[in-house]
Formats: sequence, structure tokens, C-alpha cells
Amino acid sequence: MLELKNVSFTAENGEGEKEILKDISLKIEDNFTVITGPNGGGKSTLAKIIAGILTPSSGKILLDGEDITGLSVTDRAKKGISFAFQQPVHFKGIRVYDLLSLASGKNLSLNDACDYLSQVGLCARDYIDREVNSSLSGGELKRIEIATVLARSTKVSVFDEPEAGIDLWSFGNLIKVFEKMHGSCGGSIIIISHQERILNIADSVVVIDSGRIKTVGSKQEVLPKLFGTVEKGCRASVCSGKETE
Amino acid sequence: MNNTELELLKIIADMNATPDGAYNIRANGKLADRQVTENVNIKTKTDNPGIDIIIKPNTKNETVHIPVIISETGLTDLVYNDFYIGENSDVTIVAGCGIHNCGENESRHDGIHTFYVGKNAKVKYIEKHYGEGDGNGSNVMNPTTIVNIEDGGYMEMETAQIKGIDSTKRVTKARLADNASIVIHEKIMTHGTQHAETDFTVDLDGENSGANVISRSVAKGNSFQKFLSKINGNNVCNGHTECDAIIMDGGKVTAIPELTANNIDASLIHEAAIGKIAGDQLIKLMTLGLTEKEAEEQIINGFLK
Ligand SMILES: Nc1ncnc2c1ncn2[C@@H]1O[C@H](COP(=O)(O)OP(=O)(O)OP(=O)(O)O)[C@@H](O)[C@H]1O
Ligand SMILES: [Mg+2]
Repeated sequence: MLELKNVSFTAENGEGEKEILKDISLKIEDNFTVITGPNGGGKSTLAKIIAGILTPSSGKILLDGEDITGLSVTDRAKKGISFAFQQPVHFKGIRVYDLLSLASGKNLSLNDACDYLSQVGLCARDYIDREVNSSLSGGELKRIEIATVLARSTKVSVFDEPEAGIDLWSFGNLIKVFEKMHGSCGGSIIIISHQERILNIADSVVVIDSGRIKTVGSKQEVLPKLFGTVEKGCRASVCSGKETE
Repeated sequence: MNNTELELLKIIADMNATPDGAYNIRANGKLADRQVTENVNIKTKTDNPGIDIIIKPNTKNETVHIPVIISETGLTDLVYNDFYIGENSDVTIVAGCGIHNCGENESRHDGIHTFYVGKNAKVKYIEKHYGEGDGNGSNVMNPTTIVNIEDGGYMEMETAQIKGIDSTKRVTKARLADNASIVIHEKIMTHGTQHAETDFTVDLDGENSGANVISRSVAKGNSFQKFLSKINGNNVCNGHTECDAIIMDGGKVTAIPELTANNIDASLIHEAAIGKIAGDQLIKLMTLGLTEKEAEEQIINGFLK
């Protein structure tokens, strides 16, 4: 189980400070949790805090009761946290196979590597030797990113908008991947998503808006209220933001 | 040949024992071993130190190995190698120089290679440079490659400087006739206080001639690299040069392109990107459980692969 206790995050840039997450407390059980909410609400920031890429300004992160707040990205990965980026990274010269192999932490057999690619709907033979560079399309990169997390099969997997850029036809298959993962690995799967179809398979839904938790609950509790909430959230942020009406 | 020398041969020329096909091994400034074949003749020059490699027209799928090794400290070796690649042939030439310098003095190899690539001939030229040694003597290599490609000829040149060369200045000059093309891939890694300079000049004289020069390099420590690439488009032609460098620690890299179009139908492109390893690349690999150091190694190995 992953637990966040009073986590806040303030970003500093040239112009000053901006509080992006405000006093987030959240228990994520070993189930299927979907985090949603308006753009700019702080979802990716929260995911990066879980993965150790960002350090909270205050608050604690516990994994199975152990305080991991001070652990590096590497140490958290070793403890069993995986993270699929919203924007996958390019590498010159590193092949899809290499990346999957690194992810699995061993010399992956070609068969296993192909299997992960097939799960995310890529014809393995066409991709295994390709470099993870900008010659891959956005959707292809996104699928490879998901495959790296599958290859790790750890107890906590965080996916930041995995469906973005994935075509409609494949969407059903993608959901099957999460369902299968959920069934087999038994850990926490945390998905950041704006998609109703992904929200529909959640055990628990968290709504984050303007850096705060707006709602947490089962999908039965949250979903009926959700679309109203998010809509209001969006309007509110337009009014309070720089955009004009 | 002793073990150190055999080890060097393996690194620079992928040679375990004596290979099939023609070869010429030069060790410490002298001929160590040679084999010729029906189609590939190797002759010692009479005017200068060095060899002539003569490949008969229509020779297909032969590989020629011509490694040079230096294991004595303080040796300066200068060679002139001329390659005559016959018309319509298709061959691979594996050159390379390995220095093992355990002494206090400078060991140095300067090679001047001249290629005459005949009509419609195809040649792949692979050259690896490597230095090692536990002494303080420096390892210096200054290869010069002059390439002349006749109508429809093609040359692919792969050069790699992997490790241990303290100072290098590589000069490559190519002149291309009609429909001739050249592809050059260069890989360099420098560390410590090493200094590496490469200087490419390609004259695209022929109609529909083409050149593609790609350099990938990593400068670590306090090393310095300079990449100069000149392409002169003198006819209807295509030229592309690319310098992609990663800098680390206090490494410095300069990239200087010089493109000249002397013909309205010359199309020339230069690209250069220099910078440190992107932070998100390191982070991505760290989320897979690699330490920062391991992530760096993976990124660099991939980049120079
Ligand atoms: N380093 C930073 N400096 C200033 N502001 C930042 C910084 N990083 C993020 N932000 C801001 O924090 C807010 C939350 O960003 P975040 O990426 O977490 O949103 P999100 O909920 O993932 O949005 P989306 O649905 O669009 O992906 C945004 O307003 C963003 O502009
Ligand atoms: Mg986001």
C-alpha cells in the first residue's frame, strides 16, 4: 500500500514560487486507482512525487508502512515503484529491446521482450530492433513506454495518461492490458486519465483539482458526481486564470 | 607476436588469429605478417614506408585486414598506404591502429591513406583507433585519408576512436565524380585531457554525387574535440553533415560547418547538436532501477554504438 501524508509541493522558477500540490493525504490500496481532474490540476506532479523525481516541500510518502520520502528515484524503483511518463523519452542508439531488457532487470529473452510488445499491440518483430528515437510515432512511443512498466511488473505501477495518443481501435486492448496486469500482479495500479472508459474499470477514483484532492471514493460514489465536479472545476479555473471569457 | 600484441589486434581489427583473405600486419614499424590472394595483392612500397593494396576489378565479397600495432614506447611510425580498388569490385577493408605504451615517451602513428575507388566499385573501410598503457607516455595518432571516387563508385567509411588516444588530428579529403557517393560515420570518445580534431573536406564535383558525414562523439573529463566539416557542392549534388556530441564533466566541443554551393542545384545541409545528457533520459533509466552512473553508461554506449 502506498500512502501520502500531507504532501505539498512548491515549484520555484525565475518569477517566484508556485504551490502546485497542497496538503495531499491519500491511501492507495493494492487495487486499481484512477487519478483524474482538470488540466494543470497537479496529477503529473503527484505522480513524479511518488516516483521520486520531485521531492515534496513537506509531507511524507510511505510504501507498505516504510517512509520512502528521502529515497532517490533509483532506490524507489528498486523498492518496486514503476512510472510510465506522460511524455516518453527518446534515446539515440538505445533499441526497444535494450530498454525492455533494462526495465526487466535481466537479460530478457527475445521471446519475453516480444511478448511485452505484443501485449501493447505492437508487432514485435517490427519494433524490437528499432531505436527508441524520434523516428517512432507518438502512439508507438507511448505503447513502448507502457511495455517497459509491464516488463518491470512491480508492486506499484503509475501510468501518466497512458491512453493519450493511442488510437481508438486499440483502446479496448489497452484496457485489457491493465485488467490483466491488475489480475496477475496484485499490486497498486495507478492510472492518471481523463477517459471515462478507464475510469469505468477503477476500484477507486481520486479527483485532483488546483493542487488539492477534491474527491476520493469508489467509482460508484465518485463517477456520478465527477463530470459535474470536473466541469465546474474547469470553469472555475478559466475564471480565476489568465484566460478571458 | 606476444599476448599484448595479439590482444591489440583483437580490439582494433576483430582478428583472433590470421584471418581468411588478404592481410598485412605491421608491428612496431615493421612488417610482421602478410598474406595475399588471387584478387588482392599487397606490395611493400619502395619509395616510402607503407604498402600498396591492389584489388583486381570485379573482386566481390573479399575482406582485407591491415592492422598496425605499436607496443614499443617512444616509437614514431609514419606510413603511406595506397588502395587501388578495381572497377565493379565490392570489398571491405579493416584497418586500425592499436598502441600499447608502457613507457614514458610518446608513441605515435601517422598514417596517410589514399584511396582510388574505381568505376562502380564499392568499398567499406573500417578503422579503429585504440590506445592503452600504464606509463605516462602519450599515444598520438594523426590519420590522413584521401579519397578519390570515380563514376558510380561508393565508399563507406567507419572510424572509431574508442579509448586511450591522447592527441589526434584526423584529416579526410574526398573528391567525387559523377554518381559517386560517400558515407562517413565517425565515433569518438575522449577523456582526461585528450584532444581530438577531425577535419573533413568533401568536393562534390560530379553530377548527382552525394556525401553524408555523421559524427557522434562524447567528450568527458577535461578533453577537447573540434569537428570541422567542409562540403563543396560543385555540381548537381546532395551533401549532409551532422555532428552530434555529448559533453560531460569539463569536456568541450566545437563544431564548425562550412558549406559552399557552387552550383544552383547543389543541396547542402549541416546539423549540429552539442549538449549534456538530457536529464529526462537519466531519470527514465533511473525509474527502471539504474543508478545515475549506470544510466549514463547505457546512454553513452547506445549513443556510440
Ligand atoms: N516547475 C514548475 N514551475 C512552475 N509551475 C509548474 C512547474 N511544474 C508544473 N507547474 C504547474 O503546475 C501545475 C500542475 O501541473 P501538472 O503537470 O501536475 O498538471 P496535470 O494535472 O498533470 O495536468 P494535465 O492534465 O494537463 O496533464 C500546472 O499549472 C503547471 O503549469
Ligand atoms: Mg499531466
